[in-house]
Amino acid sequence: MLNRIQEFIIGSFKLTLKGNRTYHLWMAFLTVLVLSGAFAYYRQYTEGLIVTNMRDQVSWAFYIGNFTFLVGVAAAAVLLVIPAYVYNWKPIREIAIFGELLAISAIVMCLLFVTVDIGQPLRVLELLPVIGSLNVPSSLLGWDVLVLNGYLILNVVIVGHFLYKAYFKKPYNKAFVVPLLLLSIPAAISIHTVTAFVYNGMAARPFWNASILAPRFIASAFCSGPAVMLILFQILRRTTHIRIRLEAIRKIAELMAYAMFLNLFLFGAEIFKEYYSDTDHLAHTEYLYSGLHGHTALVPFAWVSLICSVVAFILFLVPKTRMNMVTLNLGCILIWSGVYIEKGMALVIPGMTPDTLGEIYEYIPTWTEIRIGAGVFAIGFMVFTMLCKVAIPLLHDTLADPVAPGEPYPEKL
Amino acid sequence: MKESEERQDLLPGWSALVVMLTIFAALSVITLMTLLHGGDDHIDPEAHGRVAYGPADFPEIDFEMQLQPHVEEAAGEREAGTFTVPPPPFSDDFIFPCSECHADLETDTERRELEAFHEDIVLNHGPEERWCLDCHNTDDRDNLRLVSGELVGFDESYKLCGQCHGTIFRDWRAGIHGRRRGYWDGAKEYLLCAHCHDPHAPKYKPIAPLPPPVRPQFLAQAADPESEHAEAEEGHEP
Amino acid sequence: MKKNGDPPRIDRRVFMAGGTTAMAAIAAGITGAPAGFIENLLHKNFKEISPERLQRIVQEMEADYTAKYGKTVTVSTTGAQPGVVFGYGLDLSRCVGCRRCVYACVDENNQSRDPQIHWIRVLKMDKSKGIHLEGSDPYYDPEEVPEENAFYMPVACQQCSNPPCTKVCPVEATWQEPDGIVVVDYDQCIGCRCCMAACPYGARHFNWAEPEIAADEVNPDMHYLGNRPRPKGVVEKCTFCIQRVRKGRYPACVEICPVGARKFGNLLDEESEIRVLMREKRVFVLKEDLNTQPKFYYFYAT
Repeated sequence: MLNRIQEFIIGSFKLTLKGNRTYHLWMAFLTVLVLSGAFAYYRQYTEGLIVTNMRDQVSWAFYIGNFTFLVGVAAAAVLLVIPAYVYNWKPIREIAIFGELLAISAIVMCLLFVTVDIGQPLRVLELLPVIGSLNVPSSLLGWDVLVLNGYLILNVVIVGHFLYKAYFKKPYNKAFVVPLLLLSIPAAISIHTVTAFVYNGMAARPFWNASILAPRFIASAFCSGPAVMLILFQILRRTTHIRIRLEAIRKIAELMAYAMFLNLFLFGAEIFKEYYSDTDHLAHTEYLYSGLHGHTALVPFAWVSLICSVVAFILFLVPKTRMNMVTLNLGCILIWSGVYIEKGMALVIPGMTPDTLGEIYEYIPTWTEIRIGAGVFAIGFMVFTMLCKVAIPLLHDTLADPVAPGEPYPEKL
Repeated sequence: MKESEERQDLLPGWSALVVMLTIFAALSVITLMTLLHGGDDHIDPEAHGRVAYGPADFPEIDFEMQLQPHVEEAAGEREAGTFTVPPPPFSDDFIFPCSECHADLETDTERRELEAFHEDIVLNHGPEERWCLDCHNTDDRDNLRLVSGELVGFDESYKLCGQCHGTIFRDWRAGIHGRRRGYWDGAKEYLLCAHCHDPHAPKYKPIAPLPPPVRPQFLAQAADPESEHAEAEEGHEP
Repeated sequence: MKKNGDPPRIDRRVFMAGGTTAMAAIAAGITGAPAGFIENLLHKNFKEISPERLQRIVQEMEADYTAKYGKTVTVSTTGAQPGVVFGYGLDLSRCVGCRRCVYACVDENNQSRDPQIHWIRVLKMDKSKGIHLEGSDPYYDPEEVPEENAFYMPVACQQCSNPPCTKVCPVEATWQEPDGIVVVDYDQCIGCRCCMAACPYGARHFNWAEPEIAADEVNPDMHYLGNRPRPKGVVEKCTFCIQRVRKGRYPACVEICPVGARKFGNLLDEESEIRVLMREKRVFVLKEDLNTQPKFYYFYAT
């Protein structure tokens, strides 16, 4: 058994080494980003977080914003798992594995973003249950560590099982993997809910302390995660021989349209409450959308995000633009940008501006932060690329498209 | 599924890619502009909070706050009312006991502008209703005189103040008016009213504040003596 | 707490301690890393270690600091006195905003001079608006204080009875002591800054870089939960000068205040200054709607 696992791992690793010129160029590009991030991180590690623009007034920012966004991407894998395994819908079941691969990569990025954010990264062992001093059930961040790692392990086991069996050309064990897949559905919801609760539970920050936050997190995750997947599917369709059916894409797009409606509706409800009640707590929303006392750093971001989300919703709502591949892709990019800004910049920073004593410190990330962030994203993309590189040939039988890339589909597959 | 629909390729050529890239470019430009525009540009160049001062920059202030030896010795005593006061704050210009001069002087009880001596004293303590000899004892200048006629020393002047300022006197005795040093459950060092309030003009005198904290924008460079901001604010020493 | 002489409980951690030490030794043997480094990774929370182990750790600290700063440093482990819960009073009608307390606090508690850390923030408020945090200014710097039309509100840790900061900590690195003081274990804190996000009073401060403090400015009277030197990347906060108050002294800010606006005492003692002022004056707490139940009472004596 151990021998076979070893063989599987080495064999899989060898698969990632082979590839055409584009693949190697892509990997080289990512390596450059990773190295740049690593150097930036070395500086941050030796000098301290002073090299970021985070300060006592805004003590969480770019890193934690990215973390939050990526938790959403990871959670969105369920949007494939549910139709695939709950409703047993074949066109999506064939490609559901990519959702899990994306989830693994996203969680890896999440954990890296948390690691680069903390002041004493060598003490992460404290976060281990039993060995360390993980403060559950009291600390939501403690819970988040548990569910994120649980979700990561779950997905690694599921994907590992599929690939391991495929490697030795055996059918996967349904009795083993389907319960795990079903378990991954509540796990996915819980990672994003718990992440929302980390913010939500802080009465000190009225911008976050709204019960609508967790539903908004889930709704926006179901917009941005599948948007990433739709684009990735099309790139994979172009660059590899996988079969991705149009109906699968359209089903995902339809589900996204519902999620986008919900996202905008919840956003509207929040905006109504803030502006109509017009309390001191409005300051955070005002800072975001109109600036406060001349401090307007986030205003362009906020409006770009809102416009992106609204336009994307219209594109997804109208059947004609949803069916059209150009506008569908455009919608994906727009919703992705909209949610990325919303979670990355417009959730964490305005929550802390003005700070609890009313001071306004305008946070803008430093280049060090951006380089470290880009490095983390590069690692995530690398993980995803390598996982695909292993999964696609191994799962050739289920995934392979009888039609060459770019060719039209025959009437029946 | 109609064939015409199926014919659509899933990645629709480069046109979509161009749109995507344009959007990304636009977002990047906004980010870049914000980055270039961000930072300390928003801070008024005259604004304070650029230099990190520490306690060592103010040697004239006694931050160590050593207690008087007898307070230190009485540390453990929890008996109510265990408190000591330092000697009264006579200014250096005057001689105590007052009788050194006043014994030989004739008493002039008339309300008047002081010219020969003590002319620096400005009476701003109910000047219409009050006069020196309301508090200073006429016959024995080394003591103060209560309304009852009882004499009290300058080191018990609080009794005199307490005649009018009853509620504050009560607060002071209980420890909730005035500065305290010492032990929260033991011996304490009180101050006389006159240590903080000039009895002739008791309103608390304004003082120079110590410098403000460093703004978050300048935290990373605040103590760098080379920085131009530091030089600009050099003159802060009080 | 064990410090008060309770027999040590045989709990999971004590039981585990032997195991982790062995693990540390093995890990050190394998990686060639110094054993201290690995032991630090598996630091046991001060709240839960045995008094003997604490004494050993504190002796090491004293030796380290004495060597580092070239003067005799003592690190106290004085525990909470039974029957004592500390409370603080601040008279807003007296405070003139001179910031003596801010710097006395830095002097006493060994905060980093650069990057600068202040535990007390003095907010200047507009008299016509009352306590309005959003309109407050912490950077005022006139020739003289108090200014016309302004009053001043110093804010530091409010030592909440229901602290939102301790419950969010993912690694139990911060807790409330039996005498009500909320403390941080600088050797346990991972620097995630969750507590800073949770604190409604901006009372927690992060060491964004390696704290810098000249050896001759170091206050050598330290407490292991208080003013001992902090590494970079951890959170610190006001401890009511734990090294002073557990020996009976007033906090430094109380003693430096030239107008006597700051009051301190035992909330469980009816005769203490804090209880007298709560009886005689009308007190209020900051952001009472958050149910943090501060033990820091503001009042207006006049």
